[in-house]
Amino acid sequence: MMTRASPGMKRRGPGPRFVAQLLFTVLVCAFLVVPVVLSVLAGLSENFFVGVRSGLTLRWVGQVWSMYRDSIFLSLGIAIACLAVTLVLGVPIAYVLARRPSRATRLFEELLVLPVAVPGLATALALILFYGEWRGFRASWTFILVGHVLFTLPFMARSVLAVMAAIDLATLEEAAASLGAGFAARFFGVIVPNARYGILAGALMVVTLSVGEFNITWMLHTPLTKTIPVGLADSYASMRLEIGSAYTIVFFLMIIPLLIGMQWLSRERTSSMAKRHGG
Amino acid sequence: MADNAASVRLARCAKTFPDGTRALLPLDLEIATGETLVFLGPSGCGKTTLLRIIAGLAEPDAGGHVWFAADDVTTLPIERRNVGMVFQSYALFPNMTVAENIAYGLKVRRVDARERRQQASRLLDMMHLAGLGDRRVDQLSGGQRQRVALARALAVKPRVLLLDEPLTALDAKLRESLRVDIDQLLRSLGVTTVYVTHDQGEAMALGDRVAVMSQGRVEQIGTPQQIYYRPESAFVADFIGTMNRLTGTCTDGLLRVQGGALRLPVARATSDHAMFRPQDARIVEPDAGALAGRIVSAFFLGSTTRVVVDLGAEQSIVVDTIERRSFRKGDAVGIDVGADALLILES
Amino acid sequence: MSRGDIRFGLLALPALTVFAAFWLLPMARLVAVGASGPRGVAAYAAIVTDANYFASLVSTVVLSVAVTFATLIVSGIAGMFLQRNEFFGRNVLVSLLTFPLAFPGVVVGFMVIMLAGRQGLIGTVTDALFGIKLVFAYSIAGLFLGYLYFSIPRVILTVMAAVEKLDRALEEAARSLGANPWQVLRDVVLPGLRPALISAGAICFATSMGAFGTAFTLATNINVLPITIYTEFTNYANFSIAAALSLVLGVITWAALAFARTLAGSTVAAAA
Repeated sequence: MMTRASPGMKRRGPGPRFVAQLLFTVLVCAFLVVPVVLSVLAGLSENFFVGVRSGLTLRWVGQVWSMYRDSIFLSLGIAIACLAVTLVLGVPIAYVLARRPSRATRLFEELLVLPVAVPGLATALALILFYGEWRGFRASWTFILVGHVLFTLPFMARSVLAVMAAIDLATLEEAAASLGAGFAARFFGVIVPNARYGILAGALMVVTLSVGEFNITWMLHTPLTKTIPVGLADSYASMRLEIGSAYTIVFFLMIIPLLIGMQWLSRERTSSMAKRHGG
Repeated sequence: MADNAASVRLARCAKTFPDGTRALLPLDLEIATGETLVFLGPSGCGKTTLLRIIAGLAEPDAGGHVWFAADDVTTLPIERRNVGMVFQSYALFPNMTVAENIAYGLKVRRVDARERRQQASRLLDMMHLAGLGDRRVDQLSGGQRQRVALARALAVKPRVLLLDEPLTALDAKLRESLRVDIDQLLRSLGVTTVYVTHDQGEAMALGDRVAVMSQGRVEQIGTPQQIYYRPESAFVADFIGTMNRLTGTCTDGLLRVQGGALRLPVARATSDHAMFRPQDARIVEPDAGALAGRIVSAFFLGSTTRVVVDLGAEQSIVVDTIERRSFRKGDAVGIDVGADALLILES
Repeated sequence: MSRGDIRFGLLALPALTVFAAFWLLPMARLVAVGASGPRGVAAYAAIVTDANYFASLVSTVVLSVAVTFATLIVSGIAGMFLQRNEFFGRNVLVSLLTFPLAFPGVVVGFMVIMLAGRQGLIGTVTDALFGIKLVFAYSIAGLFLGYLYFSIPRVILTVMAAVEKLDRALEEAARSLGANPWQVLRDVVLPGLRPALISAGAICFATSMGAFGTAFTLATNINVLPITIYTEFTNYANFSIAAALSLVLGVITWAALAFARTLAGSTVAAAA
C-alpha cells in the first residue's frame, strides 16, 4: 500500500509552508505513535506511576502469559482456522465472480459485504438469537469462528477477485484445456498460482482482522472462549495498567509482523507488475 | 494583445536534475518581441525543460537568468510572470464550463463578472467556438479542446505565449488544418510565442525561427530555410528532411565513390564525405552523370517521384525528381549533383 | 443449464450455504425478533419516538459527523503533504501513520487512556505546566479523540491514493493563469479530490456510527448507539429493542457505505 511521492517544482530550500505542513504531519504522527510507545513502556516498567525510572522488567509480560496463555493460543487457532475456511470458501467464489460477472453474482457480492457494512453487534445478535439454543455450538470456539469467517470472507474474496479480474482468466483456461487439463488441474495448476498475490494479500488481511476482531467476538464469547481482544478489554477494565500494557505488547508483537508482511507484499506486487508490463 | 508582448532573453540557463541528468547545457537565447520561436528536437533533447524554464515552472541552475523585456523574472514563479501556456494535454478544468475555463485567468486577476463574460465571448468567437460557452469540457472534441486551451491562454494578454506540443494529441488531418489556423492566429496577434514540437513540418510552417535541439544543446537556430538548406551540423542535416550521405576517398578535389566521382566545392576540396538533399540530385543518362547506379525502387508521390538508386558498395542515394518518365527497378541511371549543393559537415 | 453453469454453481455453493445459514437466516430472525416485543413493529420507530434512544442516536450522529470533518481536514493536509513531497524519513512517517489501521477499538480506547486518562500523558503535562491535571478520556472528548485515532490512518491512505491520481498539468495550468497556491487549492485540487473525500468521509461516518470497542473500553456514561444496544441486550434482556435498534443502525451504516461505493467503486472495512 506504499505510494511513491510525486514531486513538483522545488523552491531552493524548504519554504515556510513546507515546514508548517511537516510539523503538522509530525504532530499527527506523534498523536498516533506516542500512546503506543507509552503503553509499551508501561508494560515493561516496574511501576507505571513512577515511570521508567522504576526499572524495566518482563514480569508483567510473564504474568500476562500465564494468565492469558489460553486466550492467545485460541486467538491464533481461530485465526488460522478462519484463514483455512476463507480460503476454501473465498477462492472459488472469487473465481465465479471473475468468470461469470452477471447480475446474480454482483448481487451475491453485495450480500457478502453486508457483515462488514453492518455493525458487528447486529451480526452477533442475530447469531446468538438464532443459534443460542444449541448449547454445544454456542459454547464452542467454532461459534466465534463463524463470526470471524462472516466478517473476513469479503476481504479474501475481494482481494483474490481483484487479481483474477486483472488477468485474462478465460484465455488462460482455454489454453490449459487445449493441452488436455481437466478442471481440477486447471484450477490448481493455472488459476490459483496466477492469483497467488491476491490469495497471499487476502490471507494476511484475514489473519490480521481475525486476531484483532472485537465487536462480534465480545458478544459471542464465553468465559472459556476468550480471544486476545476480549482479554485486552478485560485487562483494561479490571487489571492494573501495567498488565493491560503488557498484554497490549503481546498483541503488537503478533500484529506487527503481519503488517510488515502486507506492506512488503504490496511493494513486491507493484514491482512485479512493473516488470511484467515492461517497467 | 500585442501591447503586452515582451521580448525574452536567456543567459547561461542550464538545468541539472536531482538525480544528476543534465537536461539542458548552459545556453544563451534571445527572442524578439512578437517573434515565434520553435524548439524542435527528438524526445529527451531538453526542449520541454527549456520551455518550462521560460514559463517559470522550473528554475535554471545557479547563474542562469531569464528576462522578459527589461524585467529579470528568474526568481518569479509562473503565477507572477503573466504568461499564457497551452499544455500537451490541454489541462482544461473539468469542474468548470468552457467559458469559465477561458475566463479563469481574468477571475484570478479580479476582473469583474460582466467584463469576464464579454472577454470570454470575444475569444469564443475568435476561436470559432461561439455557442459552446456553457458546455462542459468532456463534451468537446479534441480540436475544440485545443482551441479552448488556446483561448484561455490568450485571455490574460500574456507577455509570452508558450505552447507545449499542442497538436501532438490530435490525428494527422486535424493537425494539418489546426496548424494553419494557429499560424494565422499567431501572425495576427503579434504575441511573442515559444512553441515546442518534435514535428518538423509544424516547426517549419509555424516558426519565424527554429531552434533544433539535441541532448540539452541548441544545435542550430535560424529561419526554416536556413535550417533546411544550410544545416550546420550532421545532426541537424540528418534530423531535418532526408539527407543523402556519401563516403569515399578524396583526390584532386574529387570525392571518389563506387559509382563514380563528385566534384567537391572549392572551400572543402579535401573532405572524404559529402551530403546533399534529394531534390538537388538530377537523374541523367547512364553514362552522362558523375555517378552511375541502378534503380532499387521508385515511389510516385504525386508532385515528385522519389527514386532510390544503388551506387554499389552498400551506398544508395535518394533522388526527388519532377520528371514524368517511368522509373523501373533495375534500370541503369546517371546522377549529377552540383558542387554548390554539397554539404560538408563535421559529425 | 450447461455443464459450466453447474460447475460455477457448485463452486459458489459452499460460500452461499455458509452465508445463508449463518447470516441470512439469523438476520431474518433478528428482524422478526425486532417486531416481537411489547411495542410490536413500532419498535423500529423507537429510535426516534423514544427520548432516550433518540438522544443516543443524536449524540452518535453528532460525534460521527464531527469526527468525519476533523479527520478529513487533518488527513487531507497530512496526506497531501506526504504524497507531494519526497524527503528523508517520509516513508517512515507513512508507515507510522498507517500502522494503527490494524488496531481493534479496544486498543484505541486504551491509547486514549494513555493520553488522556488519570495517569495519562496530557494530564501529566498540564499538571507540570499549569498545576491542573487534565483528564478527559472518559468524556465525549475522549471518545472523539479515540474515533479520530482510528479514522485518521484510513482516510490518509485514501487521500494519498487520490492525490497521486491528480493531473498535475491542471495545477500548472491554473498557476500559468496567475493563481496563487490557495487559489490552485480551491479551484483545482479540492474539486479534483472531491469524490475521494466524500467517499472517505462516508466510510469514516459509517465506521464511527458502528464503533463499539472504543466506547466500550472508555466505559463512560456517554450513550452512543452501539453501547445503548449492548446495554439493552445484556443488562435489560430487551431483545426486541436491541434487535430493532441494531437493524436500524445497520441500515444507516450500510446506506452510508453504499453511497461511498458509488463514488469510489470499492469498499473498505467499517469496523472499529
